[in-house]
Amino acid sequence: MFEYKEDKTKIAKRIARIFKDGDYVNLGIGLPTLVGNYVPEDVHIVLQSENGFLGLGEAPGEENFNPDIVNAGGVPCTIIEGACFFDSATSFGIIRGGHLDYTVLGVLEADQEGNLANYMIPGKMVPGMGGAMDLLTGAKKVIAATVHFDKKGNSKMVHSCSLPLTAKGEVDIIVTDLGMFEVKEGNFILKEYFAPATPEWIVENTRGNIVIDPECREFKF
Amino acid sequence: MKEKPIITAEEAIAMIKDGDTLMVSGFMGVGTPAGLMKALGESGRKDLTLICSDNGLFLGDESAATGVAPNVLKKQFKKYIASHIGLNKETQRQMLSGEAEVELVPQGTLAERIRSGGTGLGGFLTPTGVGTAVQEGKQVINVEGKDYLLELPLKSDYTLIRAAKADKAGNLTYSASARNFAPLMAMAGETVIVEADEIVEIGTLDPETVVTPGIFVHYIVQRGEA
Repeated sequence: MFEYKEDKTKIAKRIARIFKDGDYVNLGIGLPTLVGNYVPEDVHIVLQSENGFLGLGEAPGEENFNPDIVNAGGVPCTIIEGACFFDSATSFGIIRGGHLDYTVLGVLEADQEGNLANYMIPGKMVPGMGGAMDLLTGAKKVIAATVHFDKKGNSKMVHSCSLPLTAKGEVDIIVTDLGMFEVKEGNFILKEYFAPATPEWIVENTRGNIVIDPECREFKF
Repeated sequence: MKEKPIITAEEAIAMIKDGDTLMVSGFMGVGTPAGLMKALGESGRKDLTLICSDNGLFLGDESAATGVAPNVLKKQFKKYIASHIGLNKETQRQMLSGEAEVELVPQGTLAERIRSGGTGLGGFLTPTGVGTAVQEGKQVINVEGKDYLLELPLKSDYTLIRAAKADKAGNLTYSASARNFAPLMAMAGETVIVEADEIVEIGTLDPETVVTPGIFVHYIVQRGEA
């Protein structure tokens, strides 16, 4: 028996190892942004920023600060060599047109049918969907990134989302701080677990249909 | 080539009437025509419809408000069409109290609705929003086995955008990510007013670098003059 402790770093580190050299990726605001910090040095991915460029770089210092370069959260950032700017229609043409290899997005609820709710809580929080609906719909692969449990201790993976959906049936992979799941044919398939959690403990403490993949293994960080 | 009138921000805003529909460029304040929005704020125009990516930043400190947020605080709008309003507490308040209507549109759909409005299209089909609240009240059309939503074009009475350089014929270049919605909104406005960081002579912009052709632009305002 182990005591669960929230660990966002594990999530970011595992997702960062999914990408291959040359992939084009969009990282959502919040937890998904952390993924950028852990991409292996020999893997060069190009980050898209939906407000209009490819080649998102690090946070600026005093010497390279440009008030006209911000990321999708409106936060100042830099661009890497080879970057380019474009208007919002082109940006969402890239997104909707299936040109991004991956998008990584946060989660309020994710269900076994691949549905994701992450943009509003009726009566409580109505910020708007921004680019999230387009990203879910258009990216080749959608990775949902989330801590395993909500504040009440319930898994954020569920049988069926109760909150308004951001997109229907689009989630391919879910990475939590306990393991990595594939979403397929109405099941969460546990592909990897992160010690000290065990596959059995994860199954017992997660809502939704979970299947332990016959080749499920421990991922070593 | 005929030159477009260079006017002041106040002269530009004086053309706008209460109840008009405005498109305003910018993403969280980056690319917002700040001088025009300041003059709009001072004009007292009201009951406007605002089409803008977001509502800028306002978390309680008026002096830190960005983008269109100062105008939101002056209650100049009766309706907002935006993809994100989560960083403006005043918009949230106006929405919850019923003072203003908010139509939330996925960002890519917003961009394409504006582009459709400006390019003579009757709308477009997008998979974005199928099976979500965005689908409500919209026609679902199946093409080759896949469902799409019919989304309709958007146009404005006045489009207010910021550019980096405008030549006197109205040809525009932009600065980095400040470009965002401006080239699309420039096509969709009945009257298009550009606030340029710099106004240059005709013939000095490399034709290969022009992003918005001058045909879309009606008036030019010098940034910082407001």
